[in-house]
Amino acid sequence: MATAVYSPSRHDAVPPARLTHLQMLEAESIHIIREVASEFQKPVMLYSIGKDSSVMLRLAQKAFHPGPIPFSLLHVDTGYKFREMLEFRDAYTRELGLNLIVWRNEDALEKGANPIALGTQRCCGLLKTQALLDGLRAHGFDAAFGGARRDEERSRAKERIFSFRDSGGQWDPKNQRPELWNLYNGRIGPGESIRVFPLSNWTELDIWHYIHLEKIPIVPLYFAKERRMLVRGDSLIPVEQPFVKGLPGEEQWVRCRLRSLGCSPCTGAIRSDADTVPKIIAELISFRSSERANRIIDHDQDGSMEIKKREGYF
Amino acid sequence: MSQESPVLAEPDEITDMPETSEPFEIEDFLAAEQQKDLLRFTTAGSVDDGKSTLIGRLLYDSRSVYEDQVKAVTRSHAGEADAIDFAQLTDGLRAEREQGITIDVAYRFFATTKRKFIIADTPGHEQYTRNMVTGASTAELAIVLVDARKGILTQSRRHAFISSLLGIRHVVAAINKMDLVDFSEEVFAQHQRDLLSLAEKLEIPELLCIPISALNGDNVVTRSERTPWYLGPTLLEHLESVPIAEYLQHAPFRLPVQRVIRPHQNFRGFAGQIASGIIKVGDAIVALPSGQTSRVQSIQTFDGALESAFAPQSITLTLEDEIDISRGDLISHQANTPVSTANFEASLVWLHAEPFTAEKTYLLKHASQTVKARLNVTHRLDIETIEQESAQSLSLNEIGKAIVKTSRPLMVDAYRDNRITGSFILIDPANNATVGAGMVRHAEALEPAETRSEQKTGALLLLPQENIIPTLEAAFLASGEDVVVTRIQKPEVWRTLLRAGFIVMVPADASTQTEIVTLNAGGEFAKQTLLEADHETIQQKVTQLKKEAEQNDREF
Repeated sequence: MATAVYSPSRHDAVPPARLTHLQMLEAESIHIIREVASEFQKPVMLYSIGKDSSVMLRLAQKAFHPGPIPFSLLHVDTGYKFREMLEFRDAYTRELGLNLIVWRNEDALEKGANPIALGTQRCCGLLKTQALLDGLRAHGFDAAFGGARRDEERSRAKERIFSFRDSGGQWDPKNQRPELWNLYNGRIGPGESIRVFPLSNWTELDIWHYIHLEKIPIVPLYFAKERRMLVRGDSLIPVEQPFVKGLPGEEQWVRCRLRSLGCSPCTGAIRSDADTVPKIIAELISFRSSERANRIIDHDQDGSMEIKKREGYF
Repeated sequence: MSQESPVLAEPDEITDMPETSEPFEIEDFLAAEQQKDLLRFTTAGSVDDGKSTLIGRLLYDSRSVYEDQVKAVTRSHAGEADAIDFAQLTDGLRAEREQGITIDVAYRFFATTKRKFIIADTPGHEQYTRNMVTGASTAELAIVLVDARKGILTQSRRHAFISSLLGIRHVVAAINKMDLVDFSEEVFAQHQRDLLSLAEKLEIPELLCIPISALNGDNVVTRSERTPWYLGPTLLEHLESVPIAEYLQHAPFRLPVQRVIRPHQNFRGFAGQIASGIIKVGDAIVALPSGQTSRVQSIQTFDGALESAFAPQSITLTLEDEIDISRGDLISHQANTPVSTANFEASLVWLHAEPFTAEKTYLLKHASQTVKARLNVTHRLDIETIEQESAQSLSLNEIGKAIVKTSRPLMVDAYRDNRITGSFILIDPANNATVGAGMVRHAEALEPAETRSEQKTGALLLLPQENIIPTLEAAFLASGEDVVVTRIQKPEVWRTLLRAGFIVMVPADASTQTEIVTLNAGGEFAKQTLLEADHETIQQKVTQLKKEAEQNDREF
């Protein structure tokens, strides 16, 4: 059986006539990350613990090797993330010796903010968007890397790599800076900031393929195993928070996994046997259903991602 | 489709998949996937040319669109169940949906068994030239849509021109809506003739015409039976076979230094993305602008040291000698260096609602450095006729030529030779907006940057009264000027003499008026006509003009 060989490191290699698509994407992302580190006073990398964040983090390691990553990671913790995500976060960032900042909207959490009580839109607004803006402002970060990709959702297809945000952290889709060649305009005024998306040109398949070739560690929730779930129609709702309660008989053991990681009450699982990265890739290309479809929040209303982005969300 | 099965149920429905009935092996798939390269192309077309429909068709026929996205745009007409609105697949933002047109550059992704593709989907609406330029700047191929019923309209001409201006080497003219002209070979042949002559005029190295119907899919992915007279490739076949950036590795080595990596005292690495060429351990290099030389000691990456590296890899170089290099510098081979200049000619595209003004100092970002720049626009290009006219300003979406003067020298190549070291953007320091995009026309200094501060500025007199020359000559010599009297009419000789600071007197036709010619800050001739032509007036005027020109030159 042919196995994948991806080795930019072969000492004896004569330069191949061309780069593969992953090598081209990697080179572009490293260039972007180095530009930001060199042009901004206080950049930060938003770390969501998901697969895209894991790839972005690996690219940052590559960009500054053999030196350390010259910026901190910021995790916006809604308070409802999966336990396994937080365990992975703490272990992995410690292993890499990174400076991790965790930011929570404690005020809203104390007042009992949760998606059942507030609805998903208000809950996201407080625990994700507001917390993110507060965290960035409190630390005075002038640039923030995010792992968003243009293939994820239609409003993201036209996002810039350097995305300008006004002093309220907001995005104006009609007033974006033209972005030509590999020349990024990182100039900002007081209070303004730039969101940077080094994975803009990667697809979901590229991300998984890269994780496979680079053997990048990811949260075990991505892999199939027997988990306690609420089974409601086609939906599998993870049972982690006390306010997620099922009707009698709804709670079952199901062999399943998560396609994208978010907050446990709002991220549905899928039935799956995929317990390795190649199996996940095989499943992915057989699905033909885009990954955010299991996020309840994006379907709130037509164009809801665009509204969130305007308000300051990634 | 059943979600329980990790094995593909309908393999032949996905072009990414091996088209056999053999069990699907993920390792085979990944090995094939890994070999794929990446082609970036741009599409442009008028509002009704069917551009969005064409992209929707490419995405749909290559199975790159996920089912839930298709569901969201499927319109149920009575009697025409599940008609997919292909254009809706690609139109993104709410504002667009409201207006019914694409208003910005959107990037789309799809793959076939051979290659991955990134489409920069740009609007055709006239006021959005800046978006077309943006999309074209990173593309290797451009698809220009032509409506078969209408032929080359302003928009198609504009797109072809922008493709050529932005250095795209492969242009495809998709002659769309062939179904509405009965797939007529004659109609196609006529458009093809027109387009090929346009390509010649625009110096586009390769232009291919393909008869298609985006709506029905003819010759987009599958060959059409309705165009038996067409023997060329389908659009997708062409996209899959066009060579990708092979010229990059044959070009001279350029590494704009983005960052110095210095984790400890024993390591000092210069990090950047190779803009062009190949570098090997042991190669003799020069750091610019300092001119210090050394040899490559190692090429570092996270995955280990390399013996050689090539464009567009991102790498870190260490050198044998401790020489001073910082962000903004450029490393090249000693044999073939870029031009170091603070004064050059460029094509300029204006991207902002606030027009260009020669009075303003802009910020110019080139490779990894940002400098101050003053510009003088000399020409505007009429995109319809592709003729140039002389002009001093540019407004939003206008394209022209300018003389660029920078506060520090840049290491440039001509844009047609190198898109990275030949391009720059302009930023307005007042609001930080990206206001212009430029391409170096000639990699040659208009005047040596180092001597510019001692630059002398001469004046040239066109004198219809020859008898006045001896008097004037004596007067100028007496005031310490160097004077040349000549009948040579060549502008390049005049320019050289003016730059050397001479007063040049040229006898002119008796029917003309006395004129004084000086060089402006941009190196262009500036003329003034004198109505009174007695020697004292002339001498006074010349002294005044020389003083003004010298002041202009000391602006930086």
